[in-house]
Amino acid sequence: MAQNKSTANEMAQVETVIGRILQVGVIFSAIVMLIGLVMFLTTGFSGYDGSYVPRRMGQILVGTWQLRPYAIMMLGVYCLILTPVLRVVVSIYAFYKERDHLYVAITTLVLFILLVALFIGING
Amino acid sequence: MIQTALIMLAVGVFAGIAGSILGIGGGMIITPILTLGMGLNIKYAIGASIIAVIATSSGSTIAYLRDNVLNLRVAMFLEIATTTGAIVGALLTGVLDPKYLYLLFGCLLVFSGWNMYRKLRRGSEVLQRVEPDKIASKLKLNGSYFDKAEAKNIDYQVENVPAGFSVMFGAGVASGLLGIGSGAFKVMAMDTFMKMPLKPSSSTSNLMMGVTAAASATVYFFNGAILPGIAVPMALGILVGAVIGSRIMQILPARWIRIVFIPIILYIGLEMLFKGLGVHF
Repeated sequence: MAQNKSTANEMAQVETVIGRILQVGVIFSAIVMLIGLVMFLTTGFSGYDGSYVPRRMGQILVGTWQLRPYAIMMLGVYCLILTPVLRVVVSIYAFYKERDHLYVAITTLVLFILLVALFIGING
Repeated sequence: MIQTALIMLAVGVFAGIAGSILGIGGGMIITPILTLGMGLNIKYAIGASIIAVIATSSGSTIAYLRDNVLNLRVAMFLEIATTTGAIVGALLTGVLDPKYLYLLFGCLLVFSGWNMYRKLRRGSEVLQRVEPDKIASKLKLNGSYFDKAEAKNIDYQVENVPAGFSVMFGAGVASGLLGIGSGAFKVMAMDTFMKMPLKPSSSTSNLMMGVTAAASATVYFFNGAILPGIAVPMALGILVGAVIGSRIMQILPARWIRIVFIPIILYIGLEMLFKGLGVHF
């Protein structure tokens, strides 16, 4: 009984930590998007010719370094896309802490499928 | 430019609140607003909508996680089906005539709306009688949650896991193909097929939508379907709306959620049927 209680406490702690990590991830991408948006609206310039939107990872990182609003906005969007993936990664850890090997395997499989999707996205 | 950003921000707040309360990702709301209301090309509307789905999901799962309404095991197990479906859907785009999908999903939605209406007529939200299910026990899918509106802890069991899993695969295909969160199908799989109570169904669906959408969003991102001038203010609005919505959701009785949900699910179902049949207004 006492053992169960300590496991439950431990799980509550793990979940709080997961909540924090996700909060930080979401807030970080929101701040990046907000900085890009404010720069875009105040300068009235996207940082690129016409309606061009950078979409290769290298382009976005270089553009962010050069403080181009569209590049920063796209970086923020990309970070936002990664937050659910982060959720899956930390869940693997949570199930591991709970010694639930079945769900460590299931969640790892989900992460693997997501990585396949990312691979198809970049190459397709 | 500033005007567009402000409109998108407002649309985002609205979609975020609606999405997190109803457990639908806002994609179904965003695409009609952007195409019909603002005359945007559907390709870009879908791109913005898939980002909206992720924003809704990430914005509100934070609140749900702390309240233990979410069933993480159900979510992760069923995500095997939805993410695989999303990849299949993304690969199917362009090969299959979407007409048939619209028809099939339209029928499913109308069926589900009718089913929810029946439950509503039957009276207050009670736990459905569920037969002890071997697969559900083996996968540890049964759970419990604290209902704030009823101020008590509610234990529940799930059944019909294979049927729920199959519907989830279909929901994933729809998400990959049409760039939606297909939260309505996810809620349906858990609520109607697996007999899970509506609140854990909604918030579990919310988490799953984000993970499923992350798969298809990458494709759209590298495709050039995402316009930062539209997607960014909308996503920011949704994050704010989702946090507000998840607060409202917890104090709202399940019955009210269902009353709001039924007309929407019926409307979307009919809209999809008409689209599949090629009827325009």
